[in-house]
Amino acid sequence: MSEADAATLTGEVWDVVVVGGGNAALCAAIEAAETGARVLILEGAPRDYRGGNSRHTRNFRCMHHGALGPLVETYDEEEFWADLLRVTKGETDEALARHAIRTSETCLPWMQAHGVRFQKSLSGTLSLDRTNAFFLGGGKALVNAYYLTAGDLGVTVAYEATVRHVGIEGARATHVEVDYQGERLTVQGRALVLAAGGFQSDLDWLARAWGPAAKNFLIRGTPYNRGVVLKDMLDHGAETVGDPTQCHAVAIDGRAPKYDGGIVTRLDCVPFSIVVNKDGQRFYDEGEDVWPKRYAIWGRLVAAQPDQVGYSIIDARSIDLFMPSVYPPVTADTIPALAEKLGLPVEAVEQTVATFNAACRAGEFHPQQLDGLATEGLDPPKTNWARPIAEPPFYAYALRPGVTFTYLGLKVDQTARATGPEGPYDNIWSAGEMMAGSILGQGYLAGFGMTIGTVFGRIAGQEAAAHVA
Amino acid sequence: MSLDVSLQTDPGVIATDPVEEARRQVEICNACRYCEGFCAVFPAITRDKVFADGDITQFANLCHNCRGCYYACQYTAPHEFELNLPRALASARAESWERLAWPGGLARLFQSRGDALAAALIAGFALLFAVIAALPGEGEGFYAYLGHGAMVAIFAPAFLLPLAALGVSLRRYWREVGGGRLALPDWREALLAAGRMRNLNGGQGQGCNFEKAERFSDARRHVHQAVLYGFLLCFASTSSGTVLHYLFGMEAPYGVFSLPKLLGVPGGILLVVGCAGMLALKAKADPALGTPGRSSGERAFIWLLGFVGLSGLLLYAVRGTGLTGPLLALHLGSVLTFFLLTPYSKMAHGFYRMTALLREAQDKRERAGG
Repeated sequence: MSEADAATLTGEVWDVVVVGGGNAALCAAIEAAETGARVLILEGAPRDYRGGNSRHTRNFRCMHHGALGPLVETYDEEEFWADLLRVTKGETDEALARHAIRTSETCLPWMQAHGVRFQKSLSGTLSLDRTNAFFLGGGKALVNAYYLTAGDLGVTVAYEATVRHVGIEGARATHVEVDYQGERLTVQGRALVLAAGGFQSDLDWLARAWGPAAKNFLIRGTPYNRGVVLKDMLDHGAETVGDPTQCHAVAIDGRAPKYDGGIVTRLDCVPFSIVVNKDGQRFYDEGEDVWPKRYAIWGRLVAAQPDQVGYSIIDARSIDLFMPSVYPPVTADTIPALAEKLGLPVEAVEQTVATFNAACRAGEFHPQQLDGLATEGLDPPKTNWARPIAEPPFYAYALRPGVTFTYLGLKVDQTARATGPEGPYDNIWSAGEMMAGSILGQGYLAGFGMTIGTVFGRIAGQEAAAHVA
Repeated sequence: MSLDVSLQTDPGVIATDPVEEARRQVEICNACRYCEGFCAVFPAITRDKVFADGDITQFANLCHNCRGCYYACQYTAPHEFELNLPRALASARAESWERLAWPGGLARLFQSRGDALAAALIAGFALLFAVIAALPGEGEGFYAYLGHGAMVAIFAPAFLLPLAALGVSLRRYWREVGGGRLALPDWREALLAAGRMRNLNGGQGQGCNFEKAERFSDARRHVHQAVLYGFLLCFASTSSGTVLHYLFGMEAPYGVFSLPKLLGVPGGILLVVGCAGMLALKAKADPALGTPGRSSGERAFIWLLGFVGLSGLLLYAVRGTGLTGPLLALHLGSVLTFFLLTPYSKMAHGFYRMTALLREAQDKRERAGG
């Protein structure tokens, strides 16, 4: 693969300039290069961090009829659509969504043909083996495969190439301004694919939407999704979709790295615990539903607490009931000692635990299903898995909101073309997280981000190449 | 149910002790699990939530250094978790061989220092030249230079004593990893995994990421298989000679269509080609993903093994000429060095690896309730 110098970037008018270096960008670059187009990828991250949030992903949600690749049975359009409708509560564009769903079926073989390897669903995710195809080695392996394929097709890649501005005249993009190797370059292209992700790594932007609390948020993915190109397009008056104030946040281990903690920072103990805030008070039903259906709302719940922190407390009987956290728990032999170690008001925590324990009633505890073992006369209640926290040692994990992605994006049509103040642009397409808000306006559906990225990345690449052919 | 979480480490604190550092990385892997499809190490990790020292020793020896997990990993440097599992497990692996070797100390020397291994080889040459010069020959072919009785007197103990030492080490290993009674299916499973080098196939036959970074390649599996089968053929050749000598009274030299030659010639060629291939691939591979501080000992060992094969072939090629004497001394000198250093050189890895594969087969079967 050619890693370009500055002269290479400015030395020609590229057929297709792709801004971004994740899954959608790579799918676009590969599709365009396969038609013979001269393609340049401008990836903002250094080579080691290339691939945006795609490097943290692990599967691809895919419609199929009968076994396909690693997928079993059938997952048809209506079921897929129903799943999407449920999580988005209608915040979606049906025509675009159905287009993504239908096209996903042909994407899986295309991915395999371009170097992606799938495997059986990972242990602990068996419930997804009908709907989601897992990447062998995860998203970074997929990103590596696509970079190799793109390189073999003659695509030029520039890393640490930060696009600052898109030059637009009327409805036509003419060039992009790029910071590269210490210079501001003007790179010219006949077609432009924008696939540079959301803005969740720009904490100031998040703070404008969320207030100062956003400074305490952890960002689960790449620190390079700072929304610079998205902001520039907003300034151009490009049409947008998605709530500009909203982001998808889940509750993760409070000790996680500020950025890029990825999958290992998740914490699965909440349903078997009580969660208190920094004042030692409970604030929500921990046992409302099984964790995969609830971890997303807990991001918001914790974000609403003082200092955006929560503490999940369990006892010895529950420590072996969930996937291991990568961080060791805070451990103590008594509740007061645990509260002390956590820096929480000791009496308040002791009182909260005692009140909770007194509200628990006898019954069968079943960790793997909704067991209906609920508290009595407690507010807020715990409606499942309510078992007294009584057997030492006691354990605690800190929880903080972990932001996965933002919803604000560019409005596109079925050909992935972006729209300016005077209607569709002549030669600007967008794909991936940067336009996903069109389809996923609220909530989240596992593996669907990769579906949107692959489907619209490919379309954007095909359309851009057809435009310059 | 309870769990000894005091075994858990802080993922953000990089340790200098190889076992501690491997444990830190394995815990991160167990929380991620994206690499489950590459090899046997990751499914083995997922069977537990916390890891004792013996577990780390087992994972380390199960790892074949295919490097698939490194290139797929979202937590490699510059990420603050700085994962480099191939290197962490290689460190813990080398540490385990050196700790479990009997007598201790020798392994550290020959695993890490190629010059020490070269000195041992020269000593082996010198000894054989001296013995050939001092003792009269007593027969045909190479026996004209060194009699059968003298050969047995030197090589029987040189073969058996290192095997005894290895036996002691492997017993220690088995105890450390918590091994139990083996069943026949365990042997079958482990032999198949070793024979096919399944753990170098990337999980789907695409191979490993040894010498071409992100790109998969089967080259390492193939050259390593050449070394393995070349070595086994050479060993079978020698064994067949022993059987022919003692059971059938058929003494060397043997003709082209005899069992020792039919096994030994292809074996020698495979061994030479395989060792050359291993050296070539090693030169292309990223040393940062291998065992720190053991590269010189590893290379010297491959040269030694390749030389055993090459000198054996040459000895056959120059039969009946005046070169037989010197080549016999060189060949037997290298064989002697190779035998004596087996428990202390990279050669030991084959025995530990086979033991780890047996333990893996057994553990998998037992946990599945078999």
